Amino acid sequence: MTETAQQSPHHIDVKEFHPRARAAIHNPQIRQNFRKAMDGLMSKRKSAFEGWDLETLRDLGANIRLRALAHLPDLLEQLEQKLTENGITVHWASDGDEACKIVRDICLARNAKTVIKGKSMVSEEMELNHYLEEQGIEALESDLGEYIVQLAEETPSHIIMPAIHKNTEEISQLLHDKTGTDLSHDVEYLTASARLQLREKFMNADVGVSGVNFAVAETGTLCLVENEGNGRMTTTVPPCHIAVTGIEKVVPKLEDVTALLALLTRSATGQHITTYFNMISGPRKANELDGPEEVHVVLVDNGRSTIYQDDELLDTLRCIRCGACMNHCPVYTRVGGHAYGTTYPGPIGKILMPHMVGLDEGRHLPTASSLCGACGEVCPVKIPIPDLLVRLRQESVDGDKLHPAKVRGHGAKRSNMEAMIWKGWSWMHARPGIYRMGTRLGARFRKLQPGKLGGWTQYRTAPKLAAKTLHERIKERSQ
Amino acid sequence: MSSRDAILQRLRHRTGGELTAPECDFSVLNRPEWSTAEKLDMFEQTIESVHGEVHRTTESGWIDRLAEILQTRGAQTLLITKEHEIGKALRSATEGREDLPHLLIYDEPVESWQETLFSDVDAGITSTRGGIAETGSLILWPSVDEPRLMSLVPPIHIAVLKASELYTTFHHAMQSQNWAAGMPTNALLISGPSKTADIEQTLAYGVHGPKELIVLVIE
Repeated sequence: MTETAQQSPHHIDVKEFHPRARAAIHNPQIRQNFRKAMDGLMSKRKSAFEGWDLETLRDLGANIRLRALAHLPDLLEQLEQKLTENGITVHWASDGDEACKIVRDICLARNAKTVIKGKSMVSEEMELNHYLEEQGIEALESDLGEYIVQLAEETPSHIIMPAIHKNTEEISQLLHDKTGTDLSHDVEYLTASARLQLREKFMNADVGVSGVNFAVAETGTLCLVENEGNGRMTTTVPPCHIAVTGIEKVVPKLEDVTALLALLTRSATGQHITTYFNMISGPRKANELDGPEEVHVVLVDNGRSTIYQDDELLDTLRCIRCGACMNHCPVYTRVGGHAYGTTYPGPIGKILMPHMVGLDEGRHLPTASSLCGACGEVCPVKIPIPDLLVRLRQESVDGDKLHPAKVRGHGAKRSNMEAMIWKGWSWMHARPGIYRMGTRLGARFRKLQPGKLGGWTQYRTAPKLAAKTLHERIKERSQ
Repeated sequence: MSSRDAILQRLRHRTGGELTAPECDFSVLNRPEWSTAEKLDMFEQTIESVHGEVHRTTESGWIDRLAEILQTRGAQTLLITKEHEIGKALRSATEGREDLPHLLIYDEPVESWQETLFSDVDAGITSTRGGIAETGSLILWPSVDEPRLMSLVPPIHIAVLKASELYTTFHHAMQSQNWAAGMPTNALLISGPSKTADIEQTLAYGVHGPKELIVLVIE
């Protein structure tokens, strides 16, 4: 990762989380759209796992991911070798900028003017669309949700359902304004219109860019999970396919994907399986009649190898991007995905984005949580998200200058006053005599206690100190 | 140093030291041994719950059933393979009967007839390498004879599945067919018609791929 902080999507200031969250909470339309969607997704997930030994399955998911991470460098080399044998070109990128340049160079070499895209969160991380537009290359999203978000000139508000923040009326108006469709609320009609518009684009696109859900090292296979068929179109119709993926997506065995797929789709949308599970192991062979003549894979690091260094933070890399943590998050459900101002919103964003933007810019992310634990309980690969949130909170206020910082922006939120108060607190608690004197003084002068305690009493009444300390009362009882 | 070498070096020399890999026990994916009839019931129930259509038929009756299905939908053209027995059987069946649509053979590179494929083909028929009962999925390995777009571009996809080739789970299918020994250019699981719920979670079918998936099960 480069020294300078990577800028957030469309240069949104990640630090401004609070004003955005406040605005979202006071927007009934956003509250309603998210509440409805998240309630639906939670109940669908629950029924999809009925009859399963979910804990054992989650253990398997976690172990598969941990095993893959334990052998990560070897697996990446094996993957590279297998993909190359299969006729796929492999590229490596240290950060988003380098990944963008690799995609641009492939496009330039083919004299490509138009790129059609399947859904890819890594490409959002890279801000690929923006970059390609600057280079004079048209980049069009083909996943319906992403297409809507792109027309609205917004970013996805959910990693699985990008346009979840909009309702039918809003989408109908948008499609009408931008593409001239009728002002209809008939979802069937709106979908059919998008199909027609995008079919034309698929036929004429010079390059297709997709993400990857799992990359299998033993066979050199790229697996893509989707419902719409736009992923298959993107990877089959244009003469060149570029898959961009984070380096952590590799698994050793083909067998591994069976368990991860079972967890992914059920956790994400409550589906037993998605409509398409697309496994790509090479470009079109000499006598085949369709498929791309060139396939490229861009392995993107972008901070992942830094996360990889630390035994605890490493768990962040288990993620299979199902979105269950956000679907079950009380904060996400209330503020929506855009309030975070980051590529990945919700709990996974709160533990992943600080590594990408630094703890200075991402200072509010680890604290935008009540630590209720729902995210950790539903995570299909058992990432201890609440523990990682606490760890990042610690990192952001830590004053340790002796050891090298584990997370960029380490100590960014540290306040000397707060540190001093806690130092005093721990000093007092380690000395019984002084502690007792302190609590006695508190009890005696309890009338002087202020009624308002800042944010704490905004929605609560302040707790009152008791007339007698616990020590005094116990002493009385034992007499 | 190249980015490749820099990334690999950082991963190899991690400050936390070497990681130990846990054991992976896949037995949670095991299912009891189901009979073909049970597997077929399960397959039918699951794929129909996501808008797929299943027709049980026989080796001698499937063409009649296909003709009926396509007639009710007013399909004018059907995309078929050149070499596969399904394509051959259909070609010989059209002689002497008029209830089948016009047959189009996919035997040229897509570039030469892409416009027609995208706008003028009503249905495509493919074989399968089996099915998966638990998830209601069809296994397709597109080939030279059965290119990838056959099952994707036409609005109706018809798949022929032999009931005897049903597997209980994906894991079982993959192990039985020994996929790890070598994968084709493209392999697919198809579980229903193309769909989206991106507009306010309202389901709509046929967003980019087929609007209808019809499975002819040969019993």
